Amino acid sequence: MLFSVPPMYYLIVSALIFAIGAVGVLIRRNAIIIFMCIEMMLSAVNLSLITASHYLNSLDGVLMVFFVMTVAAAEAAVGLAIFVLLYRGRRTIKVDEINLLKW
Amino acid sequence: MIPGTLFYWIAFIFTALTAIFAAVMVITRRNPIHSAMFLILNFLCIAVLYLLLNSQFIAIIQVMVYAGAIMMLVIFVIMLLSVEEEKRTYKIRLSPAKVIGVLLVVILFAQLIYGVAQKVVPGEWGEFTPERIAQIGEIKAVGGLLFTRYLFPFEVASILLLVGIIGAVILSKKER
Repeated sequence: MLFSVPPMYYLIVSALIFAIGAVGVLIRRNAIIIFMCIEMMLSAVNLSLITASHYLNSLDGVLMVFFVMTVAAAEAAVGLAIFVLLYRGRRTIKVDEINLLKW
Repeated sequence: MIPGTLFYWIAFIFTALTAIFAAVMVITRRNPIHSAMFLILNFLCIAVLYLLLNSQFIAIIQVMVYAGAIMMLVIFVIMLLSVEEEKRTYKIRLSPAKVIGVLLVVILFAQLIYGVAQKVVPGEWGEFTPERIAQIGEIKAVGGLLFTRYLFPFEVASILLLVGIIGAVILSKKER
């Protein structure tokens, strides 16, 4: 006897991808890869919002994901422009070497 | 037992494992282009999970915005900056900061799992059952909510996108 997939499994997948993205942000030193990990974490959160929305028969989560995607698109445009600017000025995008503001 | 449940389970397990595998590959590849390709795979798998959750609109938007537009921009910037891959001999140094960071993430993950297992999806039940959505159409329902209840966030999002465009243009302008 098989039952349909419980929402908990989707939430576990979402939490796992979020945790992997957080590890990537902490251990990688390339700014673009850190940026990609942040995008991955955003999309993992979207998955949990859609799960809640589906299992609660509501559309609020879908709208929330819509706005998260808007913010992610704006963030991508500005963030990548900042990387290009950094590379033009300092010839590197390693976050270890960009330490002017470091205490 | 609903017909198609077995297929649903197979699709879910296969897609979820592929998504997690792609996520691990994103943070372990040395070449940024390989990371970007695996991230696209991850986004596509998450789009399939959205389809399994019966929200086709968000699945299409995910493929178009994330896997299409944002990743195209990222790969464009990687190639523009011609970032060399990290040297093969470079071993991942285990600095104390990294160890503490990974430990904190493990604790965070344990907390998330604990929170999920404690009480699954609490909250109020809405009115949009799958039958109702199939009847009126998902995009129509989403659009109706977007222009009534969520009108103010919608306007704020439009201003945010405008600021993003202007910021990107100003930042990447050549200095005189």
